[in-house]
Amino acid sequence: MPSVALGGEPVPDDGALPEGSVAGVGRRPFGVYVHVPFCLTRCGYCDFNTYTANELRSADGEATASRETYADLAIAEIRLARQVLGSSDINVSTVFVGGGTPTLLSPEDLGRVLEAIDERFGLEPDAEVTTEANPETVDLDYLRRLRANGYTRVSFGMQSAREHVLQVLDRAHTPGRPEQCVAWARQAGFDHVNLDLIYGTPGETDADWHASLRAAIEADPDHVSAYSLIVEEGTRLAARVRRGELAEPDEDALADRYLAAEHALSAAGFHCYEVSNWARGTAARSRHNRLYWTGGDWWGVGPGAHSHVGGTRWWNVKHPAAYAARLAEGRSPGQAREVLDAEERRFERILLELRLSEGCPLELLDDAGRAAAARAVADGLLDPRAHARGRAVLTLRGRLLGDAVARELT
Amino acid sequence: MPQPTRTDPALIRNFCIIAHIDHGKSTLADRMLQLTGVVEDRRMREQYLDRMDIERERGITIKSQAVRLPFTALDDVTYALNLIDTPGHVDFTYEVSRSLAACEGAILLVDAAQGIEAQTLANLYMALDHDLAILPVLNKIDLPAAQPEKYAEELAGIIGCDPSDVLKVSAKTGDGIEELLNELVQQVPPPEGDPDGPARAMIFDSVYDTYRGVVTYVRVVDGWLGSRERIEMMSSKATHETLEVGIISPEPTKVPGLGVGEVGYIITGVKDVRHSKVGDTITSATGGAAEMLPGYQEPQPMVFSGLYPIDGSDYPVLRDALEKLQLNDAALVFEPETSAALGFGFRCGFLGLLHMEITRARLEREYDLNLISTAPNVIYDVFMDDGERYTVTNPSEFPEGKIGEIHEPIVKGTLLSPAEFVGPIMELCQARRGSLQGMDYLSEDRVEMRYVLPLAEIVFDFFDQLKSRTKGYASLDYEPSGEQVSDLVKVDILLQGEKVDAFSAIVHRDKAHAYGVEMTKKLRELIPRQQFEVPVQAAIGSRVIARENIRAIRKDVLSKCYGGDISRKRKLLERQKEGKKKAKMVGRVEVPQEAFISALSTEDSGEKDTRKK
Repeated sequence: MPSVALGGEPVPDDGALPEGSVAGVGRRPFGVYVHVPFCLTRCGYCDFNTYTANELRSADGEATASRETYADLAIAEIRLARQVLGSSDINVSTVFVGGGTPTLLSPEDLGRVLEAIDERFGLEPDAEVTTEANPETVDLDYLRRLRANGYTRVSFGMQSAREHVLQVLDRAHTPGRPEQCVAWARQAGFDHVNLDLIYGTPGETDADWHASLRAAIEADPDHVSAYSLIVEEGTRLAARVRRGELAEPDEDALADRYLAAEHALSAAGFHCYEVSNWARGTAARSRHNRLYWTGGDWWGVGPGAHSHVGGTRWWNVKHPAAYAARLAEGRSPGQAREVLDAEERRFERILLELRLSEGCPLELLDDAGRAAAARAVADGLLDPRAHARGRAVLTLRGRLLGDAVARELT
Repeated sequence: MPQPTRTDPALIRNFCIIAHIDHGKSTLADRMLQLTGVVEDRRMREQYLDRMDIERERGITIKSQAVRLPFTALDDVTYALNLIDTPGHVDFTYEVSRSLAACEGAILLVDAAQGIEAQTLANLYMALDHDLAILPVLNKIDLPAAQPEKYAEELAGIIGCDPSDVLKVSAKTGDGIEELLNELVQQVPPPEGDPDGPARAMIFDSVYDTYRGVVTYVRVVDGWLGSRERIEMMSSKATHETLEVGIISPEPTKVPGLGVGEVGYIITGVKDVRHSKVGDTITSATGGAAEMLPGYQEPQPMVFSGLYPIDGSDYPVLRDALEKLQLNDAALVFEPETSAALGFGFRCGFLGLLHMEITRARLEREYDLNLISTAPNVIYDVFMDDGERYTVTNPSEFPEGKIGEIHEPIVKGTLLSPAEFVGPIMELCQARRGSLQGMDYLSEDRVEMRYVLPLAEIVFDFFDQLKSRTKGYASLDYEPSGEQVSDLVKVDILLQGEKVDAFSAIVHRDKAHAYGVEMTKKLRELIPRQQFEVPVQAAIGSRVIARENIRAIRKDVLSKCYGGDISRKRKLLERQKEGKKKAKMVGRVEVPQEAFISALSTEDSGEKDTRKK
């Protein structure tokens, strides 16, 4: 995402939320996101909040935060979350562990975090519990233990089936490994498996992309996410592009690859239910991600994690050492927050729900937005039948121009 | 020492310095101020007489001044030398001519390392037309690169004297200055006039001062001009009272009046220089002169351009600023103008390119405005088949329908250059529709070329081209020379079929295609892709002569939008919406303001640094 400074107001030391935001919590679906800020190496394209072991060492060589003790830190924040949210009944319907590389933690550590969530809040019986996994960090044994520790869904960072593409992305795994991981996950008893793909990597050809799509489909996951490569400022990739070593991804080629993904995946029985997400059947859709797109409540645990509860968004301090220090002092690790007003919430609803296959209701739009919606129908960007039913639903071409449509509608 | 008011004309010497920028005119004036003792050494600062910041920075003199210098010559008589400064640029030819008309002599000052420049030559010819005594002087003889013998030869050839008559000085070190002043007393004739006739004084400059109102600089020709008198401006018959009469030496000093041949200033309390016009004759309101002094002309704008504030809310500031500048600039004209693309602004008329550039720079600097200007335009007379006649100073005024003849202004250009660049200059002038009138070798390796050129071709980055093709060695001067019939067309630029007024241009038919191709290519680069394909066309009337396409944008969506992305995505979209609001709509095409600015400014960037060589 192009860099936009995130400003906000300070979060109180005890993490207390505005009354209006806490009211009704528990009556809406509630999720927990756990960020694991560790990686073995940093990939050249990645601008996520993650650190290698070396980056976490202070000048005297002492580790300031470590993956060995990380589960306990996360559990400390889960306790804090419970305090902040009060004594109301909150059943957690989804948990998502992302990173970083969550699978640098043992399945047992990941299990302890989940247990803490269950203990403090209560996990719904059919809760969706996902973790991201890097293919090179797991094997059948790991996945079996993960499943045994209560995880129900696993998402593998496949990215590409081509060696040269993986190299540009600095991915450590070899082609074929992600597909093998899907098979192991099935063997370990996971019903829901996702593969993440990236298109538009410098050097990737249309043929490479088709091969990646084919390989992903043949591996037989029930969910595929496909993202265009974004050259983020400050990454090694951006530096290489700037120096002219690598070509900047071409926007038209990205559009073509997206269309190729849609064709290949829909032909294989996947349905695009959000701009970048395809699932085989509604049960395969990520319920956790749906919270993000429908204004649901979730608590983000971990350094740099974002949370949203009842119209208040906040985010934690980014560095694991600062994060650990805050929790050790019994303070909220929240760095800043924004309390959304009605208009901002409406704006967010439009831009988020517009990304979904069911779209957003036209009654959310003001007069100018409705006029813009009618124009977008005429321009082939919104679906005319859905529009007639009172919903703004992007067409395939509209999906590629989703932000432009959102700017018109808001 | 002769006291002002009734100085014996025999003791007066009125003179000016004709020089190219950087040839040392201001430094020479500084030395004269010191040598004659009107400025004490410790109060001396460089370029004492140049007042405006812009002048000092750019080393050019916009407004002239007159300073009275008492000088005791070799004959032990103290004379009153009046140094009348002349504006130093091609745009101010008329003002220069009035300054020259106030003098009996001129110092022709030339850099001994560079030789004479075109503009100096043009002013020299003008001085010769006014029958001024010319003192050829080579300056900067202290420079290692000076070639005094060579350039003395050149000057002697031009004015028809002996090379040994050429004085050699260094204004920097003061070497030869006293000798120069003595020669001046010797060679420049004293003024003549009728001391008993009705007063006649010529205005050679007029400057607005915040505290005093307009300060008018005059040279008295006949009679006597006193303070507290009713006077008449002969061109308009307007009468005023002289609240103050004075001389400058070098600070303003009140005097009871000015007699024949004297030079000084008057203040009448008027607030606008247009009431005190350069070239006008001042006489007494009662019993005044019957005839004006010869040579008066109304100021004539030659070049027009639209000036628009980049921030539309600055429009009132721009209007006030133009009104204030006009108080001090009788040649500046403006009227409100609206452009579909650029919003509200003013159509401004200028004497020429430098005048335009200086005005814009002053508006931006002194009034803190950010401006965008349209391509400069000259005045066209368009005659229709049905006998209608239109005066066009803006492409948008170009008439539709059956056009009979179009007249465009032409200039006589004088180019001076080292001989090695004759080829490139001829090429340039030919490409600019010039016709060669004559060519002379001033010396073995310096050539004077005379061309007739359409003014429109000069206002379009000609100086820049000339400079780059001659490594900066060639110089150009021009003066208006009537008009000619030309095969001109208006080229419109269309975005998705909609005309963009700011980009229309009147060009010669042979160049229409090149202009169209250039503009359409430029705009294709500058305008971001839209949700639909946008044809960018150049057309003459309904005939398309060039076309580019801005392909439709196909992808404008963020791939990832999860919990941590939402706040930033909302802010990003809000910011994009802001940018969208600022963009101008041409039909359905969103054109960011920056696109207009870059498309228009690449053309004028050419003139930016041509003057200051």
